[in-house]
Amino acid sequence: MSRNHVSATVNGDQVEFLCETGQTLLEALRDELRLTGTKEGCGTGDCGACSVIVDGRLVCACLMLAVEAEGKAIQTIEGMATGETLHPLQRKFIEHAALQCGICTPGILIAARSLLERNPNPTEDEVRYWLAGNLCRCTGYHKIVDAVLDAAREMRGG
Amino acid sequence: MRYEAPKTLEQAIALLSGANGQARVLAGGTDVLIQLRSGRADPQLLVDIKAIPEMRAVVADSGGYRIGAAVTCMELIENEVFARDWPGVVDGVKLIGSVQVKGRATLGGNLCNASPAADGVPALIAAGALVCIAGPLGRREAPVEDFVLGPGRTSLGNGELVAAIQLPRRAPHSGDAYLRFTPRTEMDIAVVGAAVYLTLDGKGVCRSARVGLGAVAARALLVPAAAAALIGTTVDEAALERLAAAASAACRPIDDKRGTKQFRVKVAGVMARRAAAIAIERARRQG
Amino acid sequence: MSATLKYQEKELKLVGTRPLRPDGVDKVTGRARFGADYNLPGQLIGKVLRSPHALARIKSIDTSAALALPGVKAVVTRDDFAEMPDEMAAVGELMINFRDVTRNMMAREKVLYDGHPLAAVAATGESVARAALALIKVEYEVLPHAIDVVEAMKPGAPLLHEHQYTQGVKPKPDRPSNVAKRLEFGHGDIAAGFRQAEVIVEREFNTKPVHQGYIEPQACLASYSADGQAELWTSTQGHFVFRAQCAKVLQMDVSKIRVTPTEIGGGFGGKNNIYNEALAIALSRKSGHPVKMVMTREEVFSSTGPTSGANVKVKLGCTRDGKITAAEAELNFQAGAFPGSSVNQASMCAFTRYDLANVRIVGHDVTVNRPKVAAYRAPGAPIAVFGVESVIDEMAKKLGIDPIEFRLRNAAKEGTQTYYGPKLGPIGYIQTLEAARAHPHYRAPLGPNQGRGVATGFWFNIGNETTCSLNLQEDGTLTLMLGTIDVAGGSRASMAMMVAEELGIEFDRVRPFVGDTASLGFNFLTAGSRGTFASGMASVIAARQVIEKLRQRVAKIREVPLEAVAWKDGHARPVDATVAQFAPMSLPEIARMAGKTGGTIAGHAEINAQGAGPGFGTHIVDVEVDKETGAVKILRYTVVQDVGKAIHPAYVEGQLQGGAVQGIGWALNEEYVYGEDGVLQNPGFLDYRIPVASDLPFIDTVIVEVPNPNHPYGVRGCGEVPIIAPMAAIANAIENAIGLRLCEQPLSPPRVLKAIDEAAAARR
Repeated sequence: MSRNHVSATVNGDQVEFLCETGQTLLEALRDELRLTGTKEGCGTGDCGACSVIVDGRLVCACLMLAVEAEGKAIQTIEGMATGETLHPLQRKFIEHAALQCGICTPGILIAARSLLERNPNPTEDEVRYWLAGNLCRCTGYHKIVDAVLDAAREMRGG
Repeated sequence: MRYEAPKTLEQAIALLSGANGQARVLAGGTDVLIQLRSGRADPQLLVDIKAIPEMRAVVADSGGYRIGAAVTCMELIENEVFARDWPGVVDGVKLIGSVQVKGRATLGGNLCNASPAADGVPALIAAGALVCIAGPLGRREAPVEDFVLGPGRTSLGNGELVAAIQLPRRAPHSGDAYLRFTPRTEMDIAVVGAAVYLTLDGKGVCRSARVGLGAVAARALLVPAAAAALIGTTVDEAALERLAAAASAACRPIDDKRGTKQFRVKVAGVMARRAAAIAIERARRQG
Repeated sequence: MSATLKYQEKELKLVGTRPLRPDGVDKVTGRARFGADYNLPGQLIGKVLRSPHALARIKSIDTSAALALPGVKAVVTRDDFAEMPDEMAAVGELMINFRDVTRNMMAREKVLYDGHPLAAVAATGESVARAALALIKVEYEVLPHAIDVVEAMKPGAPLLHEHQYTQGVKPKPDRPSNVAKRLEFGHGDIAAGFRQAEVIVEREFNTKPVHQGYIEPQACLASYSADGQAELWTSTQGHFVFRAQCAKVLQMDVSKIRVTPTEIGGGFGGKNNIYNEALAIALSRKSGHPVKMVMTREEVFSSTGPTSGANVKVKLGCTRDGKITAAEAELNFQAGAFPGSSVNQASMCAFTRYDLANVRIVGHDVTVNRPKVAAYRAPGAPIAVFGVESVIDEMAKKLGIDPIEFRLRNAAKEGTQTYYGPKLGPIGYIQTLEAARAHPHYRAPLGPNQGRGVATGFWFNIGNETTCSLNLQEDGTLTLMLGTIDVAGGSRASMAMMVAEELGIEFDRVRPFVGDTASLGFNFLTAGSRGTFASGMASVIAARQVIEKLRQRVAKIREVPLEAVAWKDGHARPVDATVAQFAPMSLPEIARMAGKTGGTIAGHAEINAQGAGPGFGTHIVDVEVDKETGAVKILRYTVVQDVGKAIHPAYVEGQLQGGAVQGIGWALNEEYVYGEDGVLQNPGFLDYRIPVASDLPFIDTVIVEVPNPNHPYGVRGCGEVPIIAPMAAIANAIENAIGLRLCEQPLSPPRVLKAIDEAAAARR
């Protein structure tokens, strides 16, 4: 089976990999690049655990072919902290107990970051609707919403 | 399975025509990838149309709009000028999956997937949109309501693809709206969807209207009888009730895991009435 | 050792505060490794062929074409696993029979549900493995099937197991049945109780199976060596229990399987039992390569979990002044393809919130052509309580008594005799009712089409086998190796907090982690709300051992009697100046000298924790019903629960909120939908609708603390109770909003609208 050659940047680093046409970006990230922070919960775009940002757009890595990543800039959870310094959202998630099992956490953090980049001052409703594509079965979302609102507050400098 | 990303429409048509039915167009991929994964689709060739510039653009065109088939839902939602003119179309686009899904999914793909429950389609029907089709024999246009033939089936011929969706110039004193019913607030497939586009005269009387319904038959429907209930009225309560009854009467639904016939018939009327109430509000506000 | 450490009230420095969980940073940076994140060099990918039929006899399985496919390294079927005798074991919250375990893992005579495994392959990659599955030829004789519990109970229904005769019926029935077991609980004189009653309410309820819905699909990686040793990495609620099950079905020595638990991406009871684990070891044994197996979401829905669907009948008798005189229920539970539903627990939880003289419950455990049920958070209790608390509410309304007041008049309290055995010890049920009644939520105004509902829940909470090891390191920091999985709630943090509290040191001096099965002795699963109770007790025992050894060392170093050395605030100090005078020694000082004073200092515990304290909760919910569509919106939700003691209140709130929201999903939209053909129609998160963020309001919590006398910090356990009340609370709220009593779960829009329309038609 002939494989496609793809070059892209992931979290700012140039990467190259080979993939079958039917392979998803999620499979390439996890299996070829060994970036396992992006999770698979469903493989059909219904849970958001594989949320990544591609050229500034929040997407499900399971709904994009790896071969479509050619020339794209991809951001994953592994690139969210800077060295030892956590992103404010990451810190607030820990402080607010906004994670339990943690399987949905990378996807939710990526989605929340994408929201705050567009809308630094979201309402509770805006947070809830933006995150509707990210399922969490542990928390009931209460502390997640709290953490996102609090991180937004801090990032606005208030 | 081979992957191609042609740079021009002509190349795309040549690839599709040469593949003898073994090719699939890849726009956002949010439906195609799921079909590939489940084995429901097994094409030899994927033709990615996202590298074709005209497919990626929303172009103002003789007062209306031409939406390239590969424009993502999020791009359309963020297009403020378009959203001002066709808020009902945007109502539908906003409901096509999560933010993540809308970051990839396209209105063209929503149409070509030919699901009776597609959220993007009823408002296009109500708006009187046209599908711009390109193929080996040239270009043609078809009304959206005639494009989908049934679940998973469209009028696309061999080698043809949807290049764009054409929205007409919005009439003065008009408004459109789309509402759907789902058990959850988000992340669901419409159990019923209803779109209304109506135009008022200077006295507030409805002069024209189109009503589109989704998920109540094998394909999204244009319902002239429902529109007729509004035309010539001030869209008062009585007219809205007649609209609801006509919408319910037009339903030919099935019982499935997402809803019962009885539920769909009743709620189609409710959604149509509520959508009309929003549309008239928008028409009045737009002046 | 059967262990109970009594509760001691004392001034607390750390317990009750909110330090940051030790797994937090790994989980927000993507470093935390879950089941599917483990890989080994040379690993193969394992995939399972599953039945497309609800019930069929397997005439033949031909794997030759699959084996011949390049890249396929091994195939296993029923022929690769030994027949297991009938042998019941309490591995998990539910009883299992190894004869059934081996059949659920791999079908033998018949396939018993859509999704039942038939064969597994290991190949060099995912696509090769999938191609191999398509090459396996299976000949079936398709048989009529039974999906609905009431239908399956009828004589003449399609039989799943020809050898199954209803247990608990005397004399032994002369014909086999899908009813695996009949059980009965009760006390008093039920007939006399109903004769005393002035008002009787009787209702029948039906519920659909729901899935635990963890976001991480089951995933494991197995490596078998030619010397007969196996290693297994898996996402599990109990690695020791998984080891026991694998050893049994693979006929291996327990000590030859080493299971390392990965981070677990949710379980809620669904990861109490093996699915692919033994297959992965068998494939690894056969192929000589490590084998990784990750389920798809579709497989998770069709072949794991769910909890039972059920038919529930409840009858309640009462005096006019609101005293319950008789309570009766029949619980008919789907067990899935093999016996062993949670009907037992459901029976015991049904009425235990009330102090009742006359009770009778009959339960049936019924096999149907669905996946074998697994535990789901407070297994069975929400189903029974949906019926009971609905009837309680209806009774209160009939009598014109406030629903909380009605419950208070009949509430269980310390000394109440349960109908299943023990007398209740100190409990906080009344306190939760009173706190709910005093909450501003209970008096807040409601708008049109809005209604408020109340319901309550009870769960035993449990103890069981628990081990841990606490090692004092040479710099005075400690590592705490736990044998209970931290299933998400943050129990690692709670255990470390209790140890640090005992030792009088800072939280971050204690590093907790979960050990593998070779590093500790057997631990029961993390289930039944036992983790912080039982593992907490073990951790405290280990900490107290360490303190004892620290005192001994200091007595030796300072040359004073042991009784003269006290342990306080992280230091060994003189008990008082009149007994002895010596310079206090800190933990790091003693640790540094440990090598010269007798060697490394450690504490450990191997206990069977006894004395779990029952938990009670009261929920208040406001809903709004859209009368034209039947949609129910949750406007406001308050959970009040007695947790004994909240070691880490934020993580307790998380349990209460998460449990309540699972209950909301159960109430409103979650259900398994099967077609006429017995095939599951909604095996995905699109059509199996768990709540999304925009469906919900904030979930208020009120933590009540009535200490469990049988735990050093008063812990009861808190994870199960919050899922029990929501279904009934929401049904009661809908009734108050629109005046209609709904008895069919889910309370989904088509059901609600149908009820509204039928009521309107009846009025015309």
